[in-house]
Amino acid sequence: MPKTVALVGTDAVAEAMRQINPDVVPAYPITPQTSIVETYSQMIADGLVKSEMINVESEHSAMSAAIGAAASGARVMTATSSQGLALMWEMLYIASGLRLPIVMTNVSRTLSAPVNIHCDHSDSMGARDSGWIQLYSENAQEGYDNILQAIRIAEHPDVQLPVMVMIDGFIISHSIDRLDLIDDDAARKFVGKHKLKNSLLDHENPTTWGAFDGLHGYYFELKRAQAEGMKNAAAVVKQIGEEYGKISGRYYSHFETYRLEDAELALIVLGSAAGTMKAAVDQLRSQGVRAGLLKLRMFRPFPAKELVSALSHVSDVLVFDRSDTIAGEMGGPVFIEARSSFYDEIKRPRFKNFVYGLGGRDLNLDMILKAVASSQTGNLITYLGVRE
Amino acid sequence: MALKLSELINKTDRLAGGHRLCPGCGASIAVRQILLAVPEGAHVVATGATSCLAVSTAIYPYNSWRISFIHSAFENAGATISGIETAYRALKKQGEISKETYFVVFAGDGGTYDIGFQALSGMLERGHRALYVCYNNEAYMNTGIQRSGATQLGTWTTTSPYGEKSYGKTENRKDLTAIAAAHNVPYVAQASVHNWRDTVLKAKKAFSADGASLINILAPCQRGWRHPMEKTIEIAKLATETGIWPLYEVEEGEWRLTSKVRTRKPIREYLQAQGRFSHLFKPENQDVIDRLQAFVDKQYRQLLLRCGEKPE
Ligand SMILES: Cc1ncc(C[n+]2csc(CCOP(=O)(O)OP(=O)(O)O)c2C)c(N)n1
Ligand code: SF4
Ligand SMILES: [Mg+2]
Repeated sequence: MPKTVALVGTDAVAEAMRQINPDVVPAYPITPQTSIVETYSQMIADGLVKSEMINVESEHSAMSAAIGAAASGARVMTATSSQGLALMWEMLYIASGLRLPIVMTNVSRTLSAPVNIHCDHSDSMGARDSGWIQLYSENAQEGYDNILQAIRIAEHPDVQLPVMVMIDGFIISHSIDRLDLIDDDAARKFVGKHKLKNSLLDHENPTTWGAFDGLHGYYFELKRAQAEGMKNAAAVVKQIGEEYGKISGRYYSHFETYRLEDAELALIVLGSAAGTMKAAVDQLRSQGVRAGLLKLRMFRPFPAKELVSALSHVSDVLVFDRSDTIAGEMGGPVFIEARSSFYDEIKRPRFKNFVYGLGGRDLNLDMILKAVASSQTGNLITYLGVRE
Repeated sequence: MALKLSELINKTDRLAGGHRLCPGCGASIAVRQILLAVPEGAHVVATGATSCLAVSTAIYPYNSWRISFIHSAFENAGATISGIETAYRALKKQGEISKETYFVVFAGDGGTYDIGFQALSGMLERGHRALYVCYNNEAYMNTGIQRSGATQLGTWTTTSPYGEKSYGKTENRKDLTAIAAAHNVPYVAQASVHNWRDTVLKAKKAFSADGASLINILAPCQRGWRHPMEKTIEIAKLATETGIWPLYEVEEGEWRLTSKVRTRKPIREYLQAQGRFSHLFKPENQDVIDRLQAFVDKQYRQLLLRCGEKPE
């Protein structure tokens, strides 16, 4: 039976992992991801899962071991944050380049320096071109749901790419939230069994992985194929989101819209800030401003076409970025990509960017309302809530 | 353990010819000797760290490996094999696989002494059932002969060149084999490509160990060592005869010399045979040879002590 529970975000992630019951979990602790590793270790100790944990000596080794295990036909999951994700960098590209369906939770935390353990999206946004599918979660429920779906997306024959599921550090990871779990059998049936085509452990068909590409090799063709897998992921994410809806009652797509149909002003955000944004939309509506929200769930692949059609009727788009590209007058990554999605359109809305919440700085209702009020006259890019 | 050549001669060569390693390269000799220790027909999964070996044995779409092989990066061979061996245990426990499988790493000295040191240590500490083979050519050869933590004092490399103000590498090598032994794993050994019998026996022991093991095997590189390609075996042998590369094993904590040298030759004989040391024979560099000899003597004395042998 599905059940309603109260869990902190990291425990919601661990619950999804328990239901998936992956073969191998190589992981290394880092705040605020740590309790995922701890809770999962306890689940293994209590005999709730059959997974083998590898307590590796670094995140670089976590992803390396994940790659080795995944190429051996195991279903592999891991989790990290911030510096840990940064340390994995080299291996992120190798995981996706080898087309390995690894699923990783990234508990969003900013990057040093200065050292700061709180939430922003600098870590995962830096990995946006690493060939991983990226799904962002608004709350623990979505984190849990996204992880179950991620397995299916990653292993889908048209995709075969690793998936990163983001939950916001502390805001989601350490807050108790109410959520509904699907029952274990339904979860097990939904994720199904994993079968890799060319496992290293297949003694009848020994395989070579990661061969050198030589001088006149096939690198370009393989990257092209990878790009195709990422493109295919868009349809697969939708299809799996539908399928998951049928068993859970919670349907997922590339993004969620809130009061957007007749809006003139659209807000775009991803992650936990969407809750506050919805409240802001309600407030603005009550003041007579026709506001709406587009909450991006899937950042990789980037759903440019659908984004354009969902926003084609609005005159203003305010993009809220929880990270900065630090690239001069360019703004945050969501802003850059959403805005450039409109380049070929004849009718383009006005775009404004608000970079907020770096290093865990709060974003409250009042700040959003002020941002909206200033947007007609203000700068293209505004740092929201910074002491200047 | 006895070992007959006739026993090995009919075994499948698990590394096929036609790879792109240089003629006379010690790396392929090392790999073949190690893989000869695996029972015929058993499955082997190998991990290669980025190195001459990795980039010369599997050039897409060609491949020399008659086993499963994965190369992913330079510094992570220990971690990669950990993931593979763990996947094997997980899938075996669930009854998904049952075939007897051997796990082995082939990494250069750069991938072992330096950049891959941490992943190696983690793998040894966690005790994965895998053999880590460092084929040691005492420098980064794949990138053009740069010094590593395995490079001996006074050696010329492209990043420890000799010149007006330099006599080559200014530091002694680190003792990686002893460091591996300090992890208290069941089996650690030092081997050399000139002694196939010794190497195969050691690999057999390592493969049958219940846990992690390491073999550090000297594998001369004619390009980087500057010696004629047909001299590989001869030079490796000199390394043992001079005591600069003694052969020994550490089995369950017991140290044992596996090739006793009655009277060690002076290291000069070894150095003279290689272009990478030629500058040391200039009058102004004589003291470097003396210092290296003193280092070798000290290390050798220590080794004899650990092995319970009489001092020279
Ligand atoms: C992270 C990283 N740093 C540097 C390199 C460049 N690189 C590739 S192989 C190599 C040296 C390999 O030396 P060694 O391990 O001794 O193997 P050899 O080629 O000598 O057999 C270096 C420096 C790399 N591939 N990855
Ligand atoms: S450069 Fe040296 S190590 Fe590399 S293939 Fe040639 S001989 Fe072997
Ligand atoms: Mg080397």
